[in-house]
Amino acid sequence: MLELLSYDFFLRALAVGALVSLCASLLGVSLVLKRFSMIGDGLSHVGFGALAIAAAMNLAPLHVAIPVVAAAAFLLIRISSRGKMSGDAAIAICSSGALAVGAVILSQTGGSADISSYMFGSIMAITEEDLLLSVICSLIVIALFILFYSKIFAITFDGAFSKATGVKTELYDTVIALLTALTVVIGMRIMGALLISSLIIFPALSSMRIFKSFKGVTVCSAVLCEVCFLLGMEITCEADWPAGASVVIADLAAFLLFAVAGAVIKKVRKRSV
Amino acid sequence: MEMLIDCQNMSVGYEGQTVINDLSFTVNTGDFLSIVGENGSGKTTLMKTLLGLKTPQSGKIVYGDGLKAAEIGYLPQQTALQKDFPATVKEVVMSGRLSKRGLRPFYGKADKARAEEDMKLMDILPLAARSYRELSGGQQQRVLLARALCATEKLLLLDEPVSGLDPSAMQDMYETIYRLNRERGVTVIMITHDLNGALRYSKQILHMEGGMYFFGSVEDYRSSDIFHTMSTCDCRCCCDHHLNKGGRADA
Repeated sequence: MLELLSYDFFLRALAVGALVSLCASLLGVSLVLKRFSMIGDGLSHVGFGALAIAAAMNLAPLHVAIPVVAAAAFLLIRISSRGKMSGDAAIAICSSGALAVGAVILSQTGGSADISSYMFGSIMAITEEDLLLSVICSLIVIALFILFYSKIFAITFDGAFSKATGVKTELYDTVIALLTALTVVIGMRIMGALLISSLIIFPALSSMRIFKSFKGVTVCSAVLCEVCFLLGMEITCEADWPAGASVVIADLAAFLLFAVAGAVIKKVRKRSV
Repeated sequence: MEMLIDCQNMSVGYEGQTVINDLSFTVNTGDFLSIVGENGSGKTTLMKTLLGLKTPQSGKIVYGDGLKAAEIGYLPQQTALQKDFPATVKEVVMSGRLSKRGLRPFYGKADKARAEEDMKLMDILPLAARSYRELSGGQQQRVLLARALCATEKLLLLDEPVSGLDPSAMQDMYETIYRLNRERGVTVIMITHDLNGALRYSKQILHMEGGMYFFGSVEDYRSSDIFHTMSTCDCRCCCDHHLNKGGRADA
């Protein structure tokens, strides 16, 4: 990995990936616990459709993808909070629909864009603009998470109670969905549309195996996502595997490790009681 | 005795369908009101309206004694996603202080002291560092009650506080609520399916059924028509339910 550090494109990918991982893992704690794990997946498919449209119309990819995905995130949260359709059904419709639109557009415009790099990501795809956006996005996510930490906890644990004590839960839900959209759009350039949701889901799920406090899970997720991302990038450099897939495999390994550790800890504790 | 909530000729509904029709009742400081009635009679809708989460279609609710909706301590029914939620007892109880914080992001010393006090009151202080998901149903309800107390000592709204508890935990929960009401003067409004508990521990009853309402003291309720028509069938089921945990002896 060290010799690649002298290349600008690699440094950019590393910085953007590290920042996006952090945002995704923090947002992921709340999303996973609220049973919204698949929202990242749904949004990334919408992102794929948007990128295809951008390529066909010769527009800057992010200028199309960000507003479209943000709108989808807003709609998904609205639909499931109104209870007119269940959240998972809404996400399924969004993701397969957008994927179909994207595939048709790409097949008609022919070869101008590389489907595989959309699907599985590429570390070469990161531009200066992506870097700037990911810095801004992660600053917002981190500031929001620190300032509203106790509110995010309360809303995630018990929406009804928070609402009754005067917290504007719908506003926070919407803000979280919009930030997720932004994170997904930036992250999918490296990770790919099919794999970006792992950044949201894995760190939180792994941490939950071992930690039993919300604070513990949050901190552990933030650390774990960085470790796995760097590990994944190292694999990419050494073994020449695709970047997104390597990061996911590192995440998967961490999850299995944490699951076993969690089971062992539980057994030991039970025996000592 | 000061008036806390005055509900006047209130109707509430969803999308054109009226769930509660022309309901009036008052709650004074120190009252213990149980809301009973069959499913679908509007009990939960009434609670949401009292909490300010729904607006009445007609009529109005007047809050007395400077009471704001945010000053109501609320014990909602437990949700499925709380079953594997990673949170310590302390984290959950502290979140009751949220409405007092406004825009200030972090809890202060006073909040921590208050949370500790309420955990002591609910006998869960030794559990403070334990994980919420590892506790028994009765302990979890105590944690949520402590959280509600953290929010306010004026008025508690309890939505089915004993549902899903075994008989001894149920008894414990009732005794705790009873003590809060009689010894600390906390006003309590409780939705329950357990008529025996309601008759035994509360001071007032609001019975809702098919658009008919009874509101009055427990004594008046016992001698009311609505109680007698019901006590021949429904109440027996309630009693059986209480004893056999769901076993329905006869109808």
